[in-house]
Amino acid sequence: MIDQLPALIIVAPMLGAFLTPIIGWRYQHLCYPWTLLVLTIPLYSAVGALFKVIRSGPFGYNLGGWAPPWGIEYRIDYLSAIMLVLIATIGFLAAVNARPAGKTEFKGKEAQLYTLFLLQITGLLGIVITGDLFNIFVFLEITSLSGYGLIAHGEEGAPMATFNYIIIGTIGASFYLLGVGYLYMATGSLNIADLATILPALYHSKMILVGFAFFTTGVAIKMGLFPLHIWMPDAYTTAPNSVSTLIAPLMTKVAAYLMIRILFTLFAPDFAISVVPVATILGWLAVIAIIVGGVKALAQTDIKRMVAYIMVAEVGYIVMGISVMNRAGLTGAILHIINDACMIFCLFLTIGAISYRGHGREINHFQNLSKKMPLTMAAFVIAALSMCGIPPACGFFSKWYLIMGMITAGQWIFAATLLGSSLINAVLFFRIIEKAYLAPPESQGHNHTDHEAEEIERNDAPLSMMIPIIMSALAILLLGLFSGKIIDAVIQHAVPAIF
Amino acid sequence: MTEYFLAKYNFWIYVVLMMIGLYAMMGKRNLVKKLIGMNIFQTSIILLFVSAGVKKGGATVPILRHSDYGSVHAEHLIRVADYLNPLPHVLMLTAIVVSIATTGVALATLILIYKRYNTLEEDEIMAIRKDIRSYKTPRILRSKD
Repeated sequence: MIDQLPALIIVAPMLGAFLTPIIGWRYQHLCYPWTLLVLTIPLYSAVGALFKVIRSGPFGYNLGGWAPPWGIEYRIDYLSAIMLVLIATIGFLAAVNARPAGKTEFKGKEAQLYTLFLLQITGLLGIVITGDLFNIFVFLEITSLSGYGLIAHGEEGAPMATFNYIIIGTIGASFYLLGVGYLYMATGSLNIADLATILPALYHSKMILVGFAFFTTGVAIKMGLFPLHIWMPDAYTTAPNSVSTLIAPLMTKVAAYLMIRILFTLFAPDFAISVVPVATILGWLAVIAIIVGGVKALAQTDIKRMVAYIMVAEVGYIVMGISVMNRAGLTGAILHIINDACMIFCLFLTIGAISYRGHGREINHFQNLSKKMPLTMAAFVIAALSMCGIPPACGFFSKWYLIMGMITAGQWIFAATLLGSSLINAVLFFRIIEKAYLAPPESQGHNHTDHEAEEIERNDAPLSMMIPIIMSALAILLLGLFSGKIIDAVIQHAVPAIF
Repeated sequence: MTEYFLAKYNFWIYVVLMMIGLYAMMGKRNLVKKLIGMNIFQTSIILLFVSAGVKKGGATVPILRHSDYGSVHAEHLIRVADYLNPLPHVLMLTAIVVSIATTGVALATLILIYKRYNTLEEDEIMAIRKDIRSYKTPRILRSKD
């Protein structure tokens, strides 16, 4: 049983997804507990896999018993193990959160909601766990297709945003597939570990260079890196609240994981420095992404769209950490993948809860929200402080490592951009916190203030939304407090040894 | 020069198809045309992979009859050059399924869009959405009056 854990991580949610519509055919109300039940299996297996990796190092699993270069291998090393735990945890909590909002957003289609939900998690887990390039493409498409289906159910502009996402996302996935094709034609292998041994001899072959270019562009599209981010704010803003909590934090992070895999595992780290100057290009794109994301976020009055633009900047952080190609920078990037997933998750959860209680998403209408929804707003503040990089929260530590990486590499402009972006984040979030906590109740200027004061009554999020909100806020604090331990136990092993 | 193109004509067709697809996705303003462009784009990739598995000189499918390598050492009788590489073709079966699924989802989204805006021209949809955002009566309703 223990030996089969890696397979269970994928098989359980996938089979669960196929059984969900059958259950929902007669018993729609059972789909929700069923989804939660199914999701406990990858959660348990992922935690088990992480402990196994920490105890005895990376291990592989041959799917169907076929040996690696020919068969599909599931490869679990330090990086993929911690990503698995992250995805399984956030997936589970997002599923807990999905019920109240999903009831109205997917009226009568809850079985379909949970089916796509499980497929999405299957795809995300699959990208991380598999050691086979073509398999990654298939899981990437599973993730994207279920994501399209979920996002299309959103508000007014959702179908249009979905269509744009489909077109651009397909270009991204096709570019990735082309990259796989070129590498396969040059080497005859699809296994990442096998390719990593064959490729160094071919680094100056044109075919490999073209393949590498297709890989990076394709993954950058999926990740929403600056010039290729246009689909992202629309898609994540218009997505239903019940599913944006799942798609928004994880999709970009898994694509970032993929980029680290390609740059550091598939190709040797010095390929992106000496053979083609990809690292430099990525670094400068990241600078522009951070600036554009921050400025665009400042212009928004819709809080969900604002967070979507912040995500453009956060992707920039991760890419910047990758691009400096040193130990501190990459540690910061990996830590920021984890931390940022938790922060964005917490923000989308609180936004979902605020919308669910009918307070809308316009920042100008947030007066007294701290009294109406105290716990939700407390969690929001924790996530906001973490975004600004205030010490006990986890955002500080990843930014610390990122800036250390910039300084080690001597990239002072990068470091300045990071600091400036933290200031922008502070402005962004403090104007919301000010509205919610400090704005006077009678700010509307009407004379019936007594009446309005009476109206303020506590009406916090329902329990199934509250649990994930509190858990994610706690996770932000705990990830911050134990970031040293996480780096010692896992992340320092995930960074290539040559740094 | 002609020989240069003719010798690897399948790869040239792949490039041309890919460019047609990319142009349709980026340049066309009609959503169905964009979708067709996406399909052409995906087809070009399938052509590339299938070309990669082909061998010239009468190579055939890798089905080995038992009599071909019965008693003697197998490696003396099986020449790699005689057989096609089946793996790219198998990969493309999966890619075809993926592309069909994508087309299906995209068409379903187009139905949603058409139901909502009564048009599939991107410019008209943008104009309607702009009206909705600025709380005007959408153009589409005005024209009906």
